[in-house]
Amino acid sequence: MLSATGLTKEYQSGAHRLTVLRDVTFAVEQGEFLAIVGPSGSGKTTLLGLLAGLDTPSRGSVHLDGTDITAMDEDDRARLRGAKVGFVFQSFQLIPTLTAIENVQVPLELRGEANASDRAADVLRRVGLGDRLHHFPTQLSGGEQQRVAIARAFSNRPRILFADEPTGNLDSDTGTRIVELLESLNRESGSTVVLVTHDLALARRARRVIRLSDGVVVSDMSANGDGVAQAPQTSDLGAA
Amino acid sequence: MSETKRLQRLMAIAWRESRTARRRLLLYMSSISLGVSALVAIDSFTDNVSRSVREQSRALLGGDVSLSARDRYSAKATTLLDSLATAGVGVTHVTTFASMGLVPRSGLTRLVQVRAVSARYPFYGEITTEPAGAWARLQSGRHAIVDPSLLVSLDAQLGDTLMLGTARFVILATLRSVPGDLGVSAAIGPRIYIPDAYLGETGLLVFGSRAEYETLLKMPPSLSPARFAGRFNVRFSTDTPRVRLRTVAENEFNLTQSIDQLGDFLGIVGLVALLLGGIGVASGVHAFVMRKIDTVAVLRCLGATSGQVLFIYVLQALAMGLVGALAGAVLGVGFQFALPWALKDFLPVDVNVTLAPMAIGLGLGIGVWVALIFSLRPLLSLRRISPLQTLRRESDADVMRRAQRDSAAMVVSFAIVASVLVIALTRAGTVERAISYAAAIAGAIGLLWIAAVLLSRAAKQFTRPAWPFVLRQGVANLYRPGNQTRAVILSLGFGVFLMSTLYQVQRNLLNQLDLKLEQSRANVVFFDVQEDQAQAVDSLIRAAGHRVVQEAPIVPMRIAAINGRSVSQIMADADNAAKAARARGERLTGARRGPSSWALRREFRSTFRGEQMPSEKLVSGKWFAANDRTPQISLERELASELHVALGDTITWNVQGVRIPTVVTSTREVTWARFEPNFFVVFSPGTIEKAPKQYAILAHVPTSAAIAALQRSVVLRYPNVSSLDLSLIQRTISNVIGKVTSAIRFMAIVSLAFGIPVLFSAVAATRRERLREGVLLKTLGATRRQVGRIMLAEYALLGALGSLTGVVLSVGGAWLLMKFVFETSFTPAIAPVLLVGAAMTALAIAIGLATGREVFRQTPMAALREA
Repeated sequence: MLSATGLTKEYQSGAHRLTVLRDVTFAVEQGEFLAIVGPSGSGKTTLLGLLAGLDTPSRGSVHLDGTDITAMDEDDRARLRGAKVGFVFQSFQLIPTLTAIENVQVPLELRGEANASDRAADVLRRVGLGDRLHHFPTQLSGGEQQRVAIARAFSNRPRILFADEPTGNLDSDTGTRIVELLESLNRESGSTVVLVTHDLALARRARRVIRLSDGVVVSDMSANGDGVAQAPQTSDLGAA
Repeated sequence: MSETKRLQRLMAIAWRESRTARRRLLLYMSSISLGVSALVAIDSFTDNVSRSVREQSRALLGGDVSLSARDRYSAKATTLLDSLATAGVGVTHVTTFASMGLVPRSGLTRLVQVRAVSARYPFYGEITTEPAGAWARLQSGRHAIVDPSLLVSLDAQLGDTLMLGTARFVILATLRSVPGDLGVSAAIGPRIYIPDAYLGETGLLVFGSRAEYETLLKMPPSLSPARFAGRFNVRFSTDTPRVRLRTVAENEFNLTQSIDQLGDFLGIVGLVALLLGGIGVASGVHAFVMRKIDTVAVLRCLGATSGQVLFIYVLQALAMGLVGALAGAVLGVGFQFALPWALKDFLPVDVNVTLAPMAIGLGLGIGVWVALIFSLRPLLSLRRISPLQTLRRESDADVMRRAQRDSAAMVVSFAIVASVLVIALTRAGTVERAISYAAAIAGAIGLLWIAAVLLSRAAKQFTRPAWPFVLRQGVANLYRPGNQTRAVILSLGFGVFLMSTLYQVQRNLLNQLDLKLEQSRANVVFFDVQEDQAQAVDSLIRAAGHRVVQEAPIVPMRIAAINGRSVSQIMADADNAAKAARARGERLTGARRGPSSWALRREFRSTFRGEQMPSEKLVSGKWFAANDRTPQISLERELASELHVALGDTITWNVQGVRIPTVVTSTREVTWARFEPNFFVVFSPGTIEKAPKQYAILAHVPTSAAIAALQRSVVLRYPNVSSLDLSLIQRTISNVIGKVTSAIRFMAIVSLAFGIPVLFSAVAATRRERLREGVLLKTLGATRRQVGRIMLAEYALLGALGSLTGVVLSVGGAWLLMKFVFETSFTPAIAPVLLVGAAMTALAIAIGLATGREVFRQTPMAALREA
C-alpha cells in the first residue's frame, strides 16, 4: 500500500552536507497501524513528510497505492493527498477562521464533493463532537481540537492517515482517548495509520513499530514479535 | 462534479476563510479608495462641465457666430454686416472698454469694465439681474446694470446716478449671472452694462482708447454657422483691423479642450494617488500573506493545489478590492459635487452635476485592476508555501524569501508596469505623453524609493552600541527584514512633497509680485490722457502737492515692413514654406518657421524717450546716443526673437498712415510685473514726436484718501482719463490669487489624504512581527512603557525621515518649477514647510501607536500560546 525504497534526505548547510535520513526502506500493508518512533532529531518527522509527499527525497522513492509519488509534481501530490491521505498534527493545525464543521468540510470541498456539510457533521458526531459543530477552534479544548483534526483527517475516507505526535500537546488521559479514537477509526474504516511519536507507551499500542535513530531504521517489529532488527539498537532510544 | 460546482465550493471556502480577515483586508484595500475617488470625481466633473458647455454653448457665445476686433471695423466690414442684416441675419453689438466710474452722491470713483450693448443682446442665454427682469428695461433709457461689488466700492445704491465720461446713467439693477463670464472676471474690474445708443454721449472712446468690438450674429434657419464661416472667414480675418470669427462649435471646442486639459492634469494627480494606493495594497497584502502561511500549509496538506490556494486568496482580494473601489467611487461622486463649488470662479458655465456612468465605471475598473495587480505580487508567494510548514515551522521571512524567486512574479511585475502605461494612456491620449507621464510618475516614486533605501542603509550604518536600548531598537526596526521603511517613506514623503511643492511655488510667486509692486516708484497711474490734456493733468497733480514720477507718450502703430519686405509678403512666404514642408512631411520649427504672425500684425503702443527705465535692462546693442539723430528703436528681447530680427535690421512702421523706417540698435529685457508703463518698442527721441499720441502719467501720492481725491478731481474735469490705484491692483491680485490658492489648497489637502490609508497599510503590515517581538520583550522583562518607547522611536524616525525627504524633494521640485516654468528666482520657505513635516510626523506616530495598541494589550502568555 505504502512503500519506501532507499529513502535518503540530505540538507546542505554551508559547506557541510547533513544527512537526516539514510537509505530507509520498508513497506506498509493496507489497514496496518504503524508507529515510527525515535528520539528527537532521529529523522521521524522528515520521514513522515516524505511518506506523505509533503517533501521530496534526495534519493529513493515512495510508492503510495502503486503510484510513485516522488516522481509527481507538487500539485499532483496535493491532489493525491486530497484523495487518499489524511493528516493529524501535534499542534492540531485547525484553520482558526473556520468553525469545527467548516474545518472538516475543507478536504471534501477541495475535492468538490456534494453533501460536504452532512458528511462533516456525521464524522464530527462519530468523534463525539456533535454538540460542537459551530464552535471556532479557540472555543474548544485541546482534546476537542485534536478530535476535530481527526474528524477532518477521516472525513474523506483516506486510504492512509499520517499522525505526527498527535498526543504531544495533550494530557495523558486525553491522549489515551485520542489514540483509542484513532484505533477505532482504523478498524472501522480500514484506513492505514502511520503514527510518528517519541512516546513509547503510545507506540506500544501499534501493531508494528519502526525505530529510527540518526536517520537509520534500527528495528522494525510487529506486535506478535516477528520482525527484523536492521541495526544494533542504540542506547539513546531507551531514553526517548 | 462539474467545474462550476467545483468553483462554487472554492468560493465558499474563500468566503468562510476570509471571515476574520475581511476587515483587515478591507483596510489595505481602502488605500485605493482615495485614488479611485479622485479619478471618478475628476472624470465626472470634466464630463459634467463639458456636457454643460455643450448644452449651454450658444448661451456661452451669445449668438451663432461672434465677430470681434481690437479696433473699429473697417468700412468694408461694416458694409458687409449691414448687407447681412438686410439678408435676415440677426446682428447685435457689444463694445467693451475700461473707464472710470463715478458716483456723484458719494464722490467715489473706480476703474470699471464698460460694456455698451445694442438691443437684442445677447441672442441666446439670459443675463439675470437683481431685481429680476431689469435686463429687458436696459435699452429703454440712460440705464446701467452693474456688478454688486461696484455698489460696495462706490458706496452706491440702486437708483443712484453713475457717471461714465460725460454721460449720466441710473443704476437699474445688479448682475446675478452672465453666461460665459468667469466669476473671477468681476474681481479684475466690476462690469457695467449700458445701452450702446448712449456710448457716444460718454465721449470716452477717443484717439488711442483701447476697446474690444464684438458683434453677435444669429443665423436664419437656412444658413448654418459653419457654412457662414466657410464663406466669410477669410474676408473678415484678412481685413484691417483683423476681425476674428468664432462659431458656436469652435467656441465649444476651445472651452471643452481647456476643461479636458485641466482634467488631464488633475487626472495625473489622481493616477499618482491610485498608484500610491497600489503600493499600499501591495504592502498590506504582503502582511496578510504572512498571516496566512499556516493556513495555506494546512490547506496544502489537505489536498489543495497551488492553483486552488491562489484562487481562494485572489478571490478574497478581488472582492475586497471591489468594495474598496466602490467606496472610492461613492466618495468620488461626493467630491464631484464639491468641485464645482471649489472652482466656481474659474468655470465659464453653471455646471449641472449629474452622475457620469462612464467615469464611475472607468474609475471602478481601474481601481479594481490596480488592487488586483498590486495584490497579486505578494499573493503569488502563497503558491510556494510548502505543506511541510505544518510539521516544521520556518520563520515567515525565510518562507517568503524563497517564495519570491519566481518567474510568475516577474510576469506580474511586468504587468504592473504595462498597466501603469495603459492607464496613463487613458489620461494622456497620445503614446508619447503617456510615456512621459508614466516616466514622470516613476521618477517621483523612484526618487522617494531611492531616498528610502538610502535611509534604511544609513540607519544600519550609523547605529552605535552606545545609544540607549530603546533608540537602538527603534532604529534597528528601520532595516530589519520585512521592514516597511520604503512604504512609509513613499506614502508620507509623497504627500508632504506634493503639499509643500504647491506651497513653495505659491509663496514664491506671491512674494515676487509684492516685491515688484513695492519697488515701484509710483502708486497711481492716469492713462488715456489726450495730448491736449497732458499738461493740465500734470499741473493738477502738482497743484495738489504730489510728485509726477513719469510721463510716457504712447503712439499706436503697426509694422509695415521688415528689411524692405512688406508684412503681407513675409506672411505669404512663411505660409508657402510651411505648405512645402508639410508636403515633404516635415514640421517647421524655430527659425525656419518664419516670424510669428501675431507679432507681425498686432497694434503696437510704443513710446519714445532718451533714457532707460529702471524696469528694463539692455541685453544687446547700445542705448541711443544723445547726438545721434538717425531713427532707431530698442526692442523687447522676446519680441525681437518672435520677429526674427537682429541688431542692424530695419523695421518700417505705419504710424497713422505715415511710414517711418527705423534701425534696431538694441534689445531689452523688461520686468513687466513692475507697476510702470512698459513697452515692446522704444523709439529714439526725435523720431515720432509729431505723431498723434496720448499719455500715461505716473504719480506718487502718499495716502489712499489723497489718491481718491486726486482721481475724483481728474475724472470730473477730464472724464475720458482713467486712473488706477496701486493698492487696487494689489487687492485685485491678492483676490485672484486667494481664489487660486483655495482651489490649490483643496487639491493639496486631498493629495495629503491619499497618503493616510497607505500609511495605515504599511504600518499594519508589520503588526505580526511587532506583536511577537513586543511580547517577547515583555516576557524578557520589558515594561509596557519601554515597548511603547521603542515604537515611538521607530515611528518618530520614520515620520521625520519621510517628511524630511518630502520637504527636500519639494524644495528641489519648486526650484525646478520656478526656474523653468516661471523663469524666476527661488527662495525656499523652510519654516512653514517644516511645520507641515512635523504635523505629518505626529500623524505617523499616532497611526503607528494606534495600530500597535495590541502590543500593549497582549499578555506574554497569550502570544506564546499563539506562536
